Amino acid sequence: MNPLVQIAAEVENPLIPPIPELVIGLIAFVIVFGFLAKKLLPNINKVLDERREAIEGGIEKAEAAQTEAQSVLEQYKAQLAEARHEAARLRQEALEQGTALKEELRAEGQRQREEIIAAGHAQIEADRKAASQALRQDVGKLATDLAGKLVGESLEDAARQSRTIDRFLSELEEKAEAAR
Amino acid sequence: MSADPTQVLAFETDCHIFDGCGFPAPGLHSFLFEPIFGDADSSVYFNKTMLLALLGSVIILGFFWAAFRKPKMVPGKLQMVAEAGYDFVRRGIVYETLGKKEGEKYVPFMVATFFFVWMMNLWSIIPVAQFPVTSVIAYPAGLALVIYVMWMSVTFKRHGFVGGLKNLTGYDKSLGGILPLVMLIEFFSNVLVRPFTHAVRLFANMFAGHTLLLLFTIASWYLLNGIGIAYAGVSFVMVIVMTAFELFIQAVQAYVFVLLACSFLQGAVAEHH
Repeated sequence: MNPLVQIAAEVENPLIPPIPELVIGLIAFVIVFGFLAKKLLPNINKVLDERREAIEGGIEKAEAAQTEAQSVLEQYKAQLAEARHEAARLRQEALEQGTALKEELRAEGQRQREEIIAAGHAQIEADRKAASQALRQDVGKLATDLAGKLVGESLEDAARQSRTIDRFLSELEEKAEAAR
Repeated sequence: MSADPTQVLAFETDCHIFDGCGFPAPGLHSFLFEPIFGDADSSVYFNKTMLLALLGSVIILGFFWAAFRKPKMVPGKLQMVAEAGYDFVRRGIVYETLGKKEGEKYVPFMVATFFFVWMMNLWSIIPVAQFPVTSVIAYPAGLALVIYVMWMSVTFKRHGFVGGLKNLTGYDKSLGGILPLVMLIEFFSNVLVRPFTHAVRLFANMFAGHTLLLLFTIASWYLLNGIGIAYAGVSFVMVIVMTAFELFIQAVQAYVFVLLACSFLQGAVAEHH
């Protein structure tokens, strides 16, 4: 018979731990625990923390970039709106200036036209006066000549002559006035 | 008791069915080993289970040393596997039961315990070794003892002597008249039975698993004669199936062992109820 079977037959309860195995088992465990706790797990924990920070840092960076992009976009939008506003303002100003200029030109034209008309009227009046003066003299001369021929007497006395004619003409004018 | 190499195997190798040889069934003797050196009677000896225990420690440390010695931000394959294992114990067991705040300082211990137990279980199906170290009561008992001492010291440190006793005995005034009975049962169950069942649960699972594997392995060999060969095939298939099953049980038992340790501590750090 196998000697181990014999030992088993006389051996004590299998639930009673043999001390040497217990000691070796604990030593083996303590070795594992010691190395893991003191060296290897702190190592990996450091790296895990670093990795987590790196990932979080990346997220933060992306967030910062996004915020910046947002602010730049708003800036652009504001600038664009400002430019549009400026353009509208310039257009409005130009329109106003154009209108004012047109108004001014029209007024100037009006004034010149009125001046020209007035000058024309004055000229006409002056011409009429000159013509009437010349006419008066011519009519006087013709009348005296005619009268001299009729009476056979030279009415040379210019002064008299003139007085008579003037009186006559004035009477004519008065009659014309009265008839009006 | 001489260390005769021909007697290392616990059954006769030339024994087959129909040879007028009885079935060399596995038994308690399958878990006893002749010392490699030293004398079993003098308590100063070194045997296979001790060798496997120390070798297992070296393997665990070798693995984690290779994985975590120079850990990188972007892990390699080995580091990734080791990280997954570490994270499984840390998050899956310790944080789950004790929470991050209370559990953090127990993480290294629990990680070491888990991988130690698992490795000792794994020896069961590693060729040549093929013996679960945890099926010798001394190994689970040692671990359970460490956990028991830790648990008790946390309990009394946290609650003081009277508070600790109340914590261990489930003291609850609202129970009224049956309180003494409850306290007695709780004390018995927590303080006396728990460490025992903690160790025996692991021991018995590995013991039974190894016995089953032995049974089918020995049967496969024993039946190799005449018509018995057909049955030997069936038995061998069972060896394969049981090996796969053991692989599963080994991991589960390591998990359960650590989970229980954590739940003991959780009871200790819990507030009075």
